[in-house]
Amino acid sequence: MKKIYLLDGLCCANCAAKIERGVADIDGVSTASVNFLTTKLIFEAEDEKIDDIVKKAKKVVKKIEPDVYIKEL
Amino acid sequence: MKNRIIRIIISAVLFAVAIFLPEDPWQAELICFLAAYIVVGYKVIWKAIRGIFRGQMLDENFLMAVASIGAFFVGEYPEAVAVMLFYQVGETFEDYAVGKSRRSITELMNIRPDSANLKTEDGIREVDPSEVNPGDLIVIMPGEKVPLDGRVVEGMSSLDTAALTGESLPREIRTGDEILSGCVNMSGVLTVEVTKHFGESTVSKILDLVENSASKKSRAESFISRFAAVYTPIVVGAAVLLAVVPPLVIAGSLWSDWIYRALNFLVVSCPCALVISVPLSFFGGIGGASKAGVLIKGSNYLEAVSKIEYVVMDKTGTLTEGVFHVEKILAEGDFEEGQLLEYAAMAESYSNHPISQSLKSAYGKEIEIEQVTDVSEVAGKGVIAVVKGHKVAVGNSKLMTEETDYKGAFEEYKSGTQVFVAIDGIYGGLILLADKIKDDACRAISKLKAAGIKTVMLTGDSKEVGEKVASELGIDKVYAELLPADKVQIVEQLLENKSKKGSLAFVGDGINDAPVLARADVGIAMGGLGSDAAIEAADMVIMNDQPSKISQIISISKKTMVIVKENIAFALGVKILVLALSALGLVGLWAAVFADVGVSMLAIINALRCLKIKNKLS
Repeated sequence: MKKIYLLDGLCCANCAAKIERGVADIDGVSTASVNFLTTKLIFEAEDEKIDDIVKKAKKVVKKIEPDVYIKEL
Repeated sequence: MKNRIIRIIISAVLFAVAIFLPEDPWQAELICFLAAYIVVGYKVIWKAIRGIFRGQMLDENFLMAVASIGAFFVGEYPEAVAVMLFYQVGETFEDYAVGKSRRSITELMNIRPDSANLKTEDGIREVDPSEVNPGDLIVIMPGEKVPLDGRVVEGMSSLDTAALTGESLPREIRTGDEILSGCVNMSGVLTVEVTKHFGESTVSKILDLVENSASKKSRAESFISRFAAVYTPIVVGAAVLLAVVPPLVIAGSLWSDWIYRALNFLVVSCPCALVISVPLSFFGGIGGASKAGVLIKGSNYLEAVSKIEYVVMDKTGTLTEGVFHVEKILAEGDFEEGQLLEYAAMAESYSNHPISQSLKSAYGKEIEIEQVTDVSEVAGKGVIAVVKGHKVAVGNSKLMTEETDYKGAFEEYKSGTQVFVAIDGIYGGLILLADKIKDDACRAISKLKAAGIKTVMLTGDSKEVGEKVASELGIDKVYAELLPADKVQIVEQLLENKSKKGSLAFVGDGINDAPVLARADVGIAMGGLGSDAAIEAADMVIMNDQPSKISQIISISKKTMVIVKENIAFALGVKILVLALSALGLVGLWAAVFADVGVSMLAIINALRCLKIKNKLS
């Protein structure tokens, strides 16, 4: 399943890279990318665990960039 | 951002005051420095503290906070303030540059339509484009974007297709023509029957493609992201060692001196300049290419294009227009050329075959169908019809032998397709039809050759036709009479011939080419507008039909790669230099701040050059 989130307020490129790595490392995520210019997080993950994965992904974002507002697209 | 600028100004004033204060009493000076520091840096310190609690030790805020507080402790008050002040100035510039590039990219993607005027029984209603179904009628007013792909059922106008094709000349359209979403209606009111859902429409596909291009990363980007992950910990580790080891080992050295040098390391340890400028360059290159009418599915392909050694092209539809034109008419005996064309066009008027179409368009006049009767097709040979009371046979030489008592030899032209005409049982002559080479094909090939790229043409056509086209264009090598499977084989052979670092691009019109497009390092589809198969299979799509875009895209990719390399070399070079000089104690925190934010800014400004594409070709 492909999920797309808008990371509103993402303003540090290195943080974007860290979020990308962090989300990619979550168990069950096959690919993840953060586009710093469109401030979008896109990842593909297993359907069965999707709720759990989304929770973990949001946690990763909040840990690295607490001021970012996450919105599902 | 405005807030930050005000804080920066207040802090700068306090900073200046502090510098000019007399050293005695020292308390006044320190208070002034501290005030300047807190005004500009309290947010950074607050973020750093919160970061520690989240386990984010090595983020930028933390490093800057430690570096500046450390400078206070070793008694370098002015520099402590300067680190924070310049860090904030740099961040402000960086945000501005990022904001600017974000804006120029959104502008580029500003083809997304906001609404569609749906025609219903109770009049026209403004709806979201995604609510419109195929078969619905929509109305497009002058000045509006075409929201969905469709066919014009009423009205005529001219369309600005620049956003899709990079073409600046407007396209004239009338009833019956297909139109694509993302174009802008310039003059007349159009009623359009929608043919595709919004998600399937050209505009959605283009936006998806450009936005998702970030997920297919180039080697340069993967290198940077791997590098960034280890760079910060290594530099911070080195800073700790630098602060602790030398004072213990070297006799008579000062702790404060080495701590100060270590603080420089902390400031330089953020990889931001690299992490932002490299993807930004690629995004700019992809954005610039789409402005020129070429869509690229990922930065890895943009990277591969810069190393092209072979460009393999399909003939029909890529180098030629894929439409037949009358090249020559040879009339026999008493017949005239115009007469032959007229009879042939009329006899063929019921057929939709490309050859009949081209005969009709060469004839150019309206055909009165009442004058054509008794049309019968002779399978594999041609057509017989009664035109203006004369029995006309149009077809190949076999039909002529059957229908006439002509005993002479039929001329043979191998450069095209021949159509023979007989009128009332008398052989009238032949019409030679040929596919026309695209206007800019010659320039396209010569530009590729000038860049040292080998050109190969593949065609299913006869050897004679293939070789004629190839020699006219100056193509290095031609393979003719191929079946689709043979094309894959030849591309595989060429892939083995090329050097390991080089890449091979295949350019085709997307029809029957999918396997070859997929097999090549870079598959480029031509005339992708409207052809779903091509957009799916290819790595790049040339939106209009110009082969000269191939060389343009190569120069865009080369320029992008140069900028990427410049940025990597510049950022790494400055950082390493400043690290080395700091370790030796030759430069202070000022240089370190430059190596961090200054370099980021310059790299971003350099990366923005990728967006600027000279559009001289179209």
